[in-house]
Amino acid sequence: MSGHIHNTDDRRELQMARSMCWHCQSEMAGEYFCDRCVKVQPVSKDLDYFTCFGLPRRLALDPQTLETKFYELSRAFHPDFYQNKSDAEQTISLGNSAMLNTAYRTLRDPIQRAEYLLDLEAGSVKDIRTTPPADLFEEILELQDTLDEFRASDRASESASTLRTKLHADRATLEQRQRDMEAQLLQLFSRWDALQDRGEATEQARAERGRILKEMRDILSNRTYVKNIVNDLVATIA
Amino acid sequence: MSRIVGIDLGTTNSLVAYMDHGTPRVIAARHERAMVPSVVALTDNGLIVGDPAKEHLTRNPERTVYSVKRFMGKSLADVQGELAYFPYTLTEKGGVIRIQLGEKSYSPPQISAMILKELKLRAEAFLGESITKAVITVPAYFNDSQRQATKDAGMIAGLEVLRIINEPTAASLAYGLQEKTQGTIAVYDLGGGTFDISILKLKNGIFEVLATNGDTHLGGDDFDQLIADLLLTEIRTQYGLDLSTYPEHMQAVRLEAERAKIRLSDELKTTASLDLPDGKGRFTRELTRDRLDGLCTALVERTLGPCRLAVKDSGLAPGDIDEVVLVGGSTRMPLVRQRVQALFGKQPHCELNPDEVVALGAAVQADILSGGTTDMLLLDVTPLSLGIETMGGVMSSLIRRNTTIPASAKEMFTTYVDGQTGVDIHILQGERELAKDNRSLARFRLKVPPLPAGVPRIEVTFLIDANGILNVTAKDMRTGETQSIEVKPSYGLSDQEVERMIEDSFKFAADDVSARKLIEARLDAGALIATTEKSLADGGHLIARGEVDVIRTALSALATAKDGNDPRAIRARMADIEQAAKGLTVAMLDDSLKQGLQGKKVSDVTQS
Repeated sequence: MSGHIHNTDDRRELQMARSMCWHCQSEMAGEYFCDRCVKVQPVSKDLDYFTCFGLPRRLALDPQTLETKFYELSRAFHPDFYQNKSDAEQTISLGNSAMLNTAYRTLRDPIQRAEYLLDLEAGSVKDIRTTPPADLFEEILELQDTLDEFRASDRASESASTLRTKLHADRATLEQRQRDMEAQLLQLFSRWDALQDRGEATEQARAERGRILKEMRDILSNRTYVKNIVNDLVATIA
Repeated sequence: MSRIVGIDLGTTNSLVAYMDHGTPRVIAARHERAMVPSVVALTDNGLIVGDPAKEHLTRNPERTVYSVKRFMGKSLADVQGELAYFPYTLTEKGGVIRIQLGEKSYSPPQISAMILKELKLRAEAFLGESITKAVITVPAYFNDSQRQATKDAGMIAGLEVLRIINEPTAASLAYGLQEKTQGTIAVYDLGGGTFDISILKLKNGIFEVLATNGDTHLGGDDFDQLIADLLLTEIRTQYGLDLSTYPEHMQAVRLEAERAKIRLSDELKTTASLDLPDGKGRFTRELTRDRLDGLCTALVERTLGPCRLAVKDSGLAPGDIDEVVLVGGSTRMPLVRQRVQALFGKQPHCELNPDEVVALGAAVQADILSGGTTDMLLLDVTPLSLGIETMGGVMSSLIRRNTTIPASAKEMFTTYVDGQTGVDIHILQGERELAKDNRSLARFRLKVPPLPAGVPRIEVTFLIDANGILNVTAKDMRTGETQSIEVKPSYGLSDQEVERMIEDSFKFAADDVSARKLIEARLDAGALIATTEKSLADGGHLIARGEVDVIRTALSALATAKDGNDPRAIRARMADIEQAAKGLTVAMLDDSLKQGLQGKKVSDVTQS
């Protein structure tokens, strides 16, 4: 019925500096408010969330800094403060606030942040894995069998109780696996940030960039797969 | 900007509040309490609201509407289970409940509008100015239909509803203003008919809601019903009397149950007593707090699940909560306090009157909107996930619950068949997997130009505004044209219906004209007395002693008339004063001219 369409164009560098104030038509130098007429400006659709928060495109992010900036921008954009303004300004305030809330929600969560960065850097539509990751193949097939058996069993029976114990153990294993993947992801975060900080344009740096993004994408899709399995498991034994 | 009032439109009681130089205050009518019972009665002299209407509950139950909030944004099927408890007749038209009162039937927003109008009149009488703008509170867990119905009620009452705000968040504003608290707080709000829990983070004037949960069908009314059921059963066994065939007595039982419950918050035992019909005398029964607790435990327990879920959704544990705030009359019950304290391991706050704190917070929010308070900002969330129905009747979530509002989501739609000219979209709200298990909000048909399958690209934006109300817009990505969408609400009034109800409300207004004339005359009289007294004080020495006495006599005559009930008499005495004070006015004007000239050089005067 529907599907997201991702904008992969890389026009982000250009956007703000070239725009004009919607109200007084003067060239915009300020960030979100026109220097001349002080009217709020719509945040460009092409502006990425990192830029919106005035942050470099890095994955290690201090939650306190992010929150402080979020509160500051909320005070600048929130519709509560535009009640006495024109309809045009109220509409901009509403749109900017909604965008800001999405940006904050995305950046605050490390997983969503990484997915978003992948999307920006590699234009990837989220990889949806339908088969188990190679290193988990055997385990997951076995788990599926146990789950089927449990679903078909009489919940009060002894065999169901044995299966339940086994499923609890499986759950613990998978959750540990999820934590491992998150730790690996954090290592990739530091590798990415270090690479960006060096800012080299060498062939080697480009190759490293490609590797990091590839690894990140794999871990994220494996993690989602495992997470869905765990959710299913939890729902079944609940 | 004209003044904005804050209104708590409650299930059992409603209040209006305003901001008085940085302090929110509730408004009481002359010699009355601030709470207006949310009751509307149709009498031989027309519709009445509040305390006088409440008296009709036992006299005229079929024509007295209470707890109408339970029906806001609902269909008849939604409330089937409790219809038997209500003495008035409910029907349905176009997915909206209608309440029969005499010859006419009214939608819940119309009944609510009558309560709002009463509050509006009170505020106008008290503040001496016309009130046209308001912030109205709703339970945090209200869905889109219920919020929209509340907004409609405001419009029908002649109020521009600048903001719908959640009751627990409003309460936190009132507390935050008082204490300048920082940290994580849990607001537990158990009112007459609804329950909410909200977890907030307070930091440097920002009130960020982290999560909210609740039950829009659980409150003090339900406790009353349990006690009433107990009394009814005992009356049946002892006297062989089935009171359900006596609507007046059913209401008397309900009211006595409520009073007994309230007394048991302070006492360990009390006596409920009732007159029985058919000369069967009087029924009395002792009730202990233990018995009440036993009856209510299951209901109180039902509030704890949503509390745990909200804490979990905030990414916290109950021990991480710094402060717990109690809101709503039902939190006066010791059992409720115990259970909440046990859950969070903290002594809950209840310094502010739990009946008034929501209205006070609404007044604070009104002040923020009018630009008075600038250091506080509320960032609230949407309580329920919003989505659309996709293939196979599954709900695809677009905006998750507990997302900070305003929130928006975009979806791209296309066609599957060549030449297809429309795509049907069904909007849902709720947490369940299947569309049919969630609340249907609205349906609309997206217009698509006839093109080969897959070619059209229509982007639909779902935007939840700061009121928690959904707005939908669509844009054809090929032409860049925006499309207006006619959304048909599943359980709400159409725009045309609201328009008609606004017109109707002017007709009811004619009934209120005399009451209104009296209020206005009293207001004007009060103002005239004040200015005349000030003139006398400032300029009394400029006129003859005898003239002063004439004015004083006229003043006391007006004061007497003002306490009476005849607006024409008040106007007549006002005219007397204006006549009597003419000399004084002229003398003061002359004097001020003289004073003005004295301070200036001749050249200043002649040049200008």
